[in-house]
Amino acid sequence: MLPSTHGAATSPTTPSEAGFGVFARGLVKRFGAMTALAGVDLEVPTGTVTAILGPNGAGKTTAVRILTTLSEADEGRAVVAGFDVRSHAREVRRRIGFTAQDATVDPLLTGRENLVMLGELHQLPRAEARARADALLADFSLDDAADRLASTYSGGMRRRLDLAATLVGQPAVLFLDEPTTGLDPRARSELWAVLDTLVTRGTTVLLTTQYLDEAERLANDIVVIDHGRVIARGDTRGLKRALGGDQVHVALVDGADLEVAARVVRGVTGRDVSIDAGARTVVAPTLDGLPALLRVAAGLSEAGVAVEDLGLRQPSLDEVFLTLTGKPADGDSAEAQAQEAS
Amino acid sequence: MTATPIAPTSADHELYPSRGFLHDTWVIARRGLLHMRRQPEQLSDATIQPVMFVLLFAYVFGGAIDVPGGGEYRQFLMGGIFAQTVVFTAFGVALSLASDRKNRAIDRFRSLPIARGALLGGHALTSLLKALLPITLMSLCGLLIGWRIESSLPEAIAGYVLLTSFAFAMIWVGILLGSVIATPEGVTGIAFSLLFPITFMASTFVPTSTMPGPLRVAAEWNPVTTLADALRILFGNPNTPIAVGDPWSIAHPILYTALWIVAIVGICAPVGVRAYEKSLAK
Ligand SMILES: Nc1ncnc2c1ncn2[C@@H]1O[C@H](COP(=O)(O)OP(=O)(O)OP(=O)(O)O)[C@@H](O)[C@H]1O
Ligand SMILES: [Mg+2]
Repeated sequence: MLPSTHGAATSPTTPSEAGFGVFARGLVKRFGAMTALAGVDLEVPTGTVTAILGPNGAGKTTAVRILTTLSEADEGRAVVAGFDVRSHAREVRRRIGFTAQDATVDPLLTGRENLVMLGELHQLPRAEARARADALLADFSLDDAADRLASTYSGGMRRRLDLAATLVGQPAVLFLDEPTTGLDPRARSELWAVLDTLVTRGTTVLLTTQYLDEAERLANDIVVIDHGRVIARGDTRGLKRALGGDQVHVALVDGADLEVAARVVRGVTGRDVSIDAGARTVVAPTLDGLPALLRVAAGLSEAGVAVEDLGLRQPSLDEVFLTLTGKPADGDSAEAQAQEAS
Repeated sequence: MTATPIAPTSADHELYPSRGFLHDTWVIARRGLLHMRRQPEQLSDATIQPVMFVLLFAYVFGGAIDVPGGGEYRQFLMGGIFAQTVVFTAFGVALSLASDRKNRAIDRFRSLPIARGALLGGHALTSLLKALLPITLMSLCGLLIGWRIESSLPEAIAGYVLLTSFAFAMIWVGILLGSVIATPEGVTGIAFSLLFPITFMASTFVPTSTMPGPLRVAAEWNPVTTLADALRILFGNPNTPIAVGDPWSIAHPILYTALWIVAIVGICAPVGVRAYEKSLAK
């Protein structure tokens, strides 16, 4: 066990923890014989966004639950918003917002009642709680539905209400567990925009996701975990380079052109290409992005290949894991792929 | 708390001081009352069901049941109905705790800076207020079928206080049940397989003197019996006369019931709170 400071006014401190909204060392969590976290270190500099990327069952939710005081680590320690989660849970709770993976808004309360209640539980005076609820309902385009029961909301609306509820207490550190899973593309980009605003206001954000593009869009830093272990981490650009960058993706009209197309792509990227005869696609990683794409386009048109689709895309989580571990994301990965496909 | 942060964060100047246990309890209780209003069907165990029992026993079975020592059955019945109804207070609390856990509301609450104990306090307060509803409703329903309080005002008040105190005790039983049993469905199952028989193995509807040997002994020591008897005495309604050979519980129903209330609260409150906290720490 680690030393704790029961009754002391300050959390145990080391100089290295200053400047971090989240600072965790050696987090271990076991459920019976199953080790959900096997010694995870995390740090999120104040005012920045870090994404935890991992497939189903990787331990994302477990980590977030420990950092939000909902669950206790078996080993290791964590400081959130300047306070130890174990010894100063209440001080941590005053400063954080948490959106769980499944919506936790109260279905029997209206949107407005939900927000006012949570504001009051954040110790806001009643009038203040009401004012903040109004503002948040407007921010999340929920004002029309404000006085309807949350049980009548669509999935996306409930998710927005959930996020609004997280912001009622004006948290310094925000935890979002798969915030966009189940949202349609529009709701997704709306939510991203809200997060952008929060970050410019100085909020520290730790989010989890199964999507590399989401992590790249939102985060300064990415931590990739699998089976409760960190298998890669870094700033978004660096990590992406390590993962082989973007992918040039070519879909052909005629499968007979696959060989020619593969030669063109290989020539431009200088990397191994993967060919899918059934889908008539050729894919290869590139670090050059748009210039590489333009050269592929020129090459293909010179060779007279009829192209159905051509573009740059992000590697999927599965491809990321292939690069990092040499094997696809396993565990519950069938489920992860199913979700990605949908 | 005067804890000093290691790394002050941007929102620190906007933190509000804690508004205390009572405030937080009341906010949670208000939510419970809203739930009650929005889900009237969940109140059936406290409304329709006892009314049904009153009508059923007063009009269908009542004619076949004699009250030893004389007196009208309907006058006898109401003490039993009151007792049965407050026992079911436990069911309501257990159900709301299990629902909170099922729909994950609990995670949201636990990540908030709420005073320790306010979450349970709020549930308990809602349940106590909720218990007053069937007590009032049963009183009115009784009046309609001809039930009357024949005692003095202080005695009548004592009767209602005893009834409400028993409801309060049952809240802690419910907290224990709701913490040990994971799902709302499980809670409903237990309510019907445990609470129902307990309320029937008592002088609720029939005098214990009509029951066979071992069942009669169980009924005589069942606090539901003594609560029903105590209410009959305090409301001046007909009750089986106390005889020389009666067990102590039957001879002193008010005191015996009061001791049960103290014992239930004394045991179930600390054990229930601990079970509840344990059920959260996963
Ligand atoms: N309460 C629990 N009891 C037993 N095992 C648990 C519990 N919570 C999590 N686990 C296990 O711990 C592992 C990590 O789970 P976790 O929920 O943290 O994964 P995740 O990365 O959030 O996955 P997902 O993308 O599916 O949400 C899983 O194998 C899971 O089955
Ligand atoms: Mg999860």
